[in-house]
Amino acid sequence: MGAARLNLGRIAYLGFCTIVFVFLVAPIIVIVPLSFNAEPYFTFTEGMLRLDPDAWSLRWYREIIQSEAWVRSLVNSMFIGTSATVLATVLGTVAALGLAGSAIPARRVIMGVIISPMVTPVIIAAAGMFFFYSGLGLGQTYVSIILAHAALGVPFVVVTVTATLAGYDPNLNNAAASLGAGPWTIFRRVQFPLISPGVISGALFAFAVSFDEVVVVLFMAGVEQRTIPRQMWSGIREQISPAILAVATFLVVFAVLLLLTVNWLRRRGEGGA
Amino acid sequence: MAGPIKLSGGPGYRAKLRALGLVAPLLIFIVVTFVAPLGTMLVRSVYDPVVADAFPETLELLDDWDGSELPQEAVYAMAAREIKRAGTERTLGQVASRVNRVQGGLRSAITRTERELRDIEQGPWRESMTAIDSVWADPGIWYAIKTTGERFTARHYWNALDLQSLPDGSVVRQPEDRRIYLRLLWRTLMISGLITLLSLILGYPIAHLIACSSPSRANLLLILVLVPFWTSLLVRTTAWIVLLQTQGVLNEFLVTIGLISDGGRLAMIYNMTGTIVAMTHVLLPFMVLPLYSVMSSIPSTQMDAAASLGATPLQAFLRVYWPQSLPGVGAGGLLVFILAIGYYITPALVGGSDGQLISNMIAYHMQTSLNWGLAAALGGVLLLIVLVLYAVYERLLGVEKIGLGG
Repeated sequence: MGAARLNLGRIAYLGFCTIVFVFLVAPIIVIVPLSFNAEPYFTFTEGMLRLDPDAWSLRWYREIIQSEAWVRSLVNSMFIGTSATVLATVLGTVAALGLAGSAIPARRVIMGVIISPMVTPVIIAAAGMFFFYSGLGLGQTYVSIILAHAALGVPFVVVTVTATLAGYDPNLNNAAASLGAGPWTIFRRVQFPLISPGVISGALFAFAVSFDEVVVVLFMAGVEQRTIPRQMWSGIREQISPAILAVATFLVVFAVLLLLTVNWLRRRGEGGA
Repeated sequence: MAGPIKLSGGPGYRAKLRALGLVAPLLIFIVVTFVAPLGTMLVRSVYDPVVADAFPETLELLDDWDGSELPQEAVYAMAAREIKRAGTERTLGQVASRVNRVQGGLRSAITRTERELRDIEQGPWRESMTAIDSVWADPGIWYAIKTTGERFTARHYWNALDLQSLPDGSVVRQPEDRRIYLRLLWRTLMISGLITLLSLILGYPIAHLIACSSPSRANLLLILVLVPFWTSLLVRTTAWIVLLQTQGVLNEFLVTIGLISDGGRLAMIYNMTGTIVAMTHVLLPFMVLPLYSVMSSIPSTQMDAAASLGATPLQAFLRVYWPQSLPGVGAGGLLVFILAIGYYITPALVGGSDGQLISNMIAYHMQTSLNWGLAAALGGVLLLIVLVLYAVYERLLGVEKIGLGG
């Protein structure tokens, strides 16, 4: 009787977990087949369910590729994302090197400032940046958006690289120094290769933050600087069409690729440490 | 202090300097690109020079005015002059919209006064202005000019907290029908609390399952948690619209299997339900990841030990497992709550009218009503709440533990 109840409990537990996993993943998966809908609907047509080839089409993908606004937003997203990532990764990695070890004074305060962009509501940051950059005459420019995105992404770089550095053996630096290497050589030849999985993960995080960011762009970008999320925002609010699902599908594939890369890097990093 | 350079990073002076030197560029960057903008916003919430700059001498004359009766003819004459000047300098629109926020209807009165004063060169000013618009025969407009004329002001914060200051200097609550913001703030806190609770109920079991799984299965399950984490927020919000809207996948399915009639389709989106469902989905990974990292350090043998000592599974869970998982519950809960109260995108897209949060009100005042002072003050209130929670988080757990799930 006790064992039977235990089994029932176990089944309920696993069943509940399954439901939660379905809740997490199903909404994202559902949009993929719907993006191949031949009709301008957001639901499965009878033809789609019968697997009738005529009910499926690439028309929304064609529409996206031929749309100047979408192509431009992709170029913008890539440009802004890459620039912000480079900036965030360089500054974040260098800072993480300083934060490693016990030498840094006022560590908690410094960490608090560095992490603040991660927890401050973006709407407040975006409003402040709108006032600040328009005051400097930098409203509606790439520069202000890149700086803003770099600031939002940099905490992720610092946290990721700091975590990797925690597993780094400082004696390696001493060993290299005793063999006559200078600080720069030590960093380039010994330390960086070992922490590079963490640096790349951090960079991918920073890129993902910028690539997905829409609030700052809403407040600060002109038509020129519209990014993919900004374009989707208009799409959802104004003329919602399955073309959005085609873009969404592209972004899901992109996200899965990023995730698998970071996951692979993390496991490699763990194996190395 | 000449000595050998310590490369090992000991607590020496040089090591300290080196560490600071490495951190400095980032600190400066964040202060300039992030902290300074926040500061600009906070300044806006208490500093507003527009009216003071446009009506300097009128305001000086109004200094001695006690607010009970109409001001002297000299004040009218000066106001007429400065209204004309503001008209030519094109600042009158901004002035009028500020004065209008104290008392409705004043915007049009002021702009009309400016238009008609153009043809009037001679006093008596009080008579002519009152003839143009009767508001000039009421002390209300003078009080509105006087309050908005304060360069440094708390009135945006009074507004944000549903208070108002009266001519006699006292601060009282707004009339019942104008109390919007505290209620909205309260609703934001309630919805965020509910989302945090839902995330905990949904997240705790799966974090436990992942923590108890073999490494390869745990990795696979973690990927399932991380897919939504990495997927664009707008994609996830779109997905919920597709699923939940009236003609959406879920309603179609329910109609097809006959659970609901075609006319009885459920309104699951563009309302508070939509906000709660979509935000729980978006924030759930932030609950699962800290929970998982705490749970994976709880030895599974402890539950067996408890069982062998005669504890029922429930007792073993409550007395052994749950207390040890509490740091994860705290970290995940605080993180989800902090992120939820500042959320903007999801409620804006799927919240309808009753699913809006305080952030949406900030965006409204930034972009639509253009009452930037009030937007900044609401932002200041929200920022204060977040900073307090952030400080609690830092004290309890340390910011470096913020879960990322890389």
